[in-house]
Amino acid sequence: MGEIAAKAEAETLATPVRRPTSRWGFSPLNQRRWYNFRTNRRGWWSLWLFLFLFIASLFAEFIANDKPILVSYKGELLMPVLVDYPEEKFGGFYAVTDYRDPVISDEIKAHGWMIWPPIRYSYRTVNNEIPEAAPSKPFWLYSKEERCQRYPQGVNDENCTFGNWNLLGTDDQARDVFARALYGFRISVLFGLILTAASAVIGVTAGAVQGYFGGWVDLLFQRFIEIWSAIPVLYLLLIVAAVLPPGFWILLGIMLLFSWVAFVGVVRAEFLRARNFEYVNAARALGVPNGTIMLRHLLPNAMVATLTFLPFILNGSITTLTSLDFLGFGLPPGSPSLGELLAQGKNNLQAPWLGLTGFIVISLMLSLLIFIGEATRDAFDPRKAFK
Amino acid sequence: MSGQTSGVPLLSVRDLSVIFTQSGRETLAVDHISFDIAKGETVALVGESGSGKSVSALSILKLLPYPSAAHPSGEILFNGDNLLGHDDRDLRRVRGNDIAMIFQEPMTSLNPLHTIERQVSEILKIHQGMGDKAARARTLELLNEVGIREPEKRLNAYPHQLSGGQRQRVMIAMALANKPALLIADEPTTALDVTVQAQILQLLADLKTAQDMSMLFITHDLGIVRKIADRVCVMTKGRIVETGPTKEIFDNPQHEYTRHLLAAEPKGEPPAANLAAPSVMEGRDVKVWFPIKKGFLRRTVDNVKAVDGIDVTIRAGQTLGVVGESGSGKTTLGLALSRMISSKGDIRFAGREIDRFSFKEMRPLRRELQIVFQDPFGSLSPRMSIADIIAEGLQVHEPGLSADERDARVVAALNEVNLDPETRFRYPHEFSGGQRQRIAIARAMVLNPRFVMLDEPTSALDMSVQAQVVDLLRALQKKHDLAYLFISHDLKVVRALANDVLVMRNGKAVEYGPAAEIFARPKEDYTKALMAAAFRMEAAEGGVVGQ
Repeated sequence: MGEIAAKAEAETLATPVRRPTSRWGFSPLNQRRWYNFRTNRRGWWSLWLFLFLFIASLFAEFIANDKPILVSYKGELLMPVLVDYPEEKFGGFYAVTDYRDPVISDEIKAHGWMIWPPIRYSYRTVNNEIPEAAPSKPFWLYSKEERCQRYPQGVNDENCTFGNWNLLGTDDQARDVFARALYGFRISVLFGLILTAASAVIGVTAGAVQGYFGGWVDLLFQRFIEIWSAIPVLYLLLIVAAVLPPGFWILLGIMLLFSWVAFVGVVRAEFLRARNFEYVNAARALGVPNGTIMLRHLLPNAMVATLTFLPFILNGSITTLTSLDFLGFGLPPGSPSLGELLAQGKNNLQAPWLGLTGFIVISLMLSLLIFIGEATRDAFDPRKAFK
Repeated sequence: MSGQTSGVPLLSVRDLSVIFTQSGRETLAVDHISFDIAKGETVALVGESGSGKSVSALSILKLLPYPSAAHPSGEILFNGDNLLGHDDRDLRRVRGNDIAMIFQEPMTSLNPLHTIERQVSEILKIHQGMGDKAARARTLELLNEVGIREPEKRLNAYPHQLSGGQRQRVMIAMALANKPALLIADEPTTALDVTVQAQILQLLADLKTAQDMSMLFITHDLGIVRKIADRVCVMTKGRIVETGPTKEIFDNPQHEYTRHLLAAEPKGEPPAANLAAPSVMEGRDVKVWFPIKKGFLRRTVDNVKAVDGIDVTIRAGQTLGVVGESGSGKTTLGLALSRMISSKGDIRFAGREIDRFSFKEMRPLRRELQIVFQDPFGSLSPRMSIADIIAEGLQVHEPGLSADERDARVVAALNEVNLDPETRFRYPHEFSGGQRQRIAIARAMVLNPRFVMLDEPTSALDMSVQAQVVDLLRALQKKHDLAYLFISHDLKVVRALANDVLVMRNGKAVEYGPAAEIFARPKEDYTKALMAAAFRMEAAEGGVVGQ
């Protein structure tokens, strides 16, 4: 009699799993999640593209900068990207060296050499040789003669090279749009990631405590959150901006005060639902402490809900920063920001490269993050079967 | 028994197949089955879960989720009319009128927001065009027929005010409202207590004779089949492997699978009672009262006495079976003894008074005092691999173990419950119900406990799997000299495992003593009624048990 049942049970389990061949120390479960993530092609490619863009933007100083990466001057090797040298080192008298100044660059070339980043503009560098009044067009819309007309020796000027041409034109203050988009991308992504991570930590903890303990804890906390989330964030930002100098960390702090609330609802609901599950009771019967039960048994349940929200919160915070910049209440003037780029695009409709660059960078960034978030969420779902 | 000789059958299923298509993959759920039901005949469709018996029944009324389900072959002739060829509008005239259906779960089959009267009379109004007055009269008549006591008072009751058995009676009343020629009953008693099950079976048998109705009875319980069916169709993996008159099938099964099913009832002897064995768990006058609080100051006005003064002793290597209907307080007693809920009265575990211990003080004892829960689908965390699930207790109670040592213990525990240790990195949902229950048992066993509370560990499992789990539990008990508190409403399983039995009702002990004694010579009427219902499917006379 046992034979048939044993056979039936054996059939439901296909091939047995071997002891984890720990690749990078991954547990078999995480290996499977990784595999599930990879099967989502769109998410997989989005991850690589985003990682490439993000890591590249972290090294923005080496890609677009008004300082050379490496300088050899009178036998000495200097790294202006990392170190600020006073100008007197090269025979001038300002505190900060302007390497784009023909006097300085000629002096350095006379006594050595220098290696420039591919783009010789930082986000705040003003291009004095633009062919027409700012905002000027991307260089590929001009002929070579037009491009070089402001340089002293025209087409033959050695400074009229690729690094000094504006790949995506300039904004209305003659700053390079590509450099500003690159630095703006970096600041947006960093802002979004930090804000999302911090609010996830706070929100998930708060939701977990409320859901698990319930009762008075839950009741009081919920009323507090109701009052708290009734405060209009935008007005508060405007008021605070009038008192404190708006900067990256101040904006982050103010937005963090309110953004964690978004996680509480889902996490609390998951914990409330799951705290009386039989496997949670089973863990209690094993003598597992409350903290471990919350972390190991309940949190993974809430993780899928959290991960579902994560890309939207991330995108939401990036969008909020961008819109604040667009309105002029965001980062301090002069900061590279995509919102400010969009505002310039709005003010200079005759220069479509401003608005288009802002639009493409923002939409690409938001789409990539959403695709990655979707794929992560699906990978964590144990019931989701991939072919 | 009026049987196959009476010419044209009432319902004739010919060569029926059902396939389900899900994300491009096709599953054959029912594979070319054929059977007939004659007028006045009861045919039972028997099989384990997943054998396709419910799907076959649902396709008769085309209640499957079309278009993801499809019938590549076959016809269903009802009075010579092919039901599969009809569209929804025509079928609505058949559904609930000529062919009625009752389902397994009376809890969810009734609309919780409508009164009983409204739900029953709705059918009368739709199908027979009755007016309010006539419908009300007929509703009363129907409720009387299905044996609801004082139906006048029940007309305005909502489903939650009725017991499970009463709800199932209302469901039957609704099914009978239009005097159907065929009643399809899909496991109508699985969710009910044995005593209520016996009453419902009795009722169905009576009604069938009174109304000359045919019945298609779907069940996994062979005891019911023997009691109620004229003919049996044994189904496995979407196929009917054997058909024949009930007596013939039971006396002389032809197919291997039928024989396997018949042999699957839990068998074997419980361990011999040994009064010399050391007492592991002892409860004296254990009480669990839940206060009912009223008013602004939440004063306690009364108590729900879930467990009311129970004495028990469980010895090493022995099993105490706790039996009773649902709501009798068996699980509460077990939870109180294992100190999962607070209680009054002395509880001694291994010679120590543990009834005053806090949760923290209990923690070191938890390793020796394990619980196996009823639902193998709910008691395993769906997001942990079974290796992690089993190792969890070890991490708490033996934190000194290295990862390799822990893994070795997990492998040993899985071997002990006859599961392939190679599968330990899988998630629970990849295992069948029986395998999951083995995992839950392994989780308890890996800590080498002395006392295990088994809370209906077999009631969610198929009959043949139940027998295997019972054998496993008995083997483990013998090997490790375990003390079991075995909670169950299934007396067959209790008889196979327990050497002592405690019969509970409304929180009180009805009878307590050696199992052999109680099974052979029950003293109390309630125990007798319970036994008659469990072993012979006979309803007790004169209201010894509730509805």
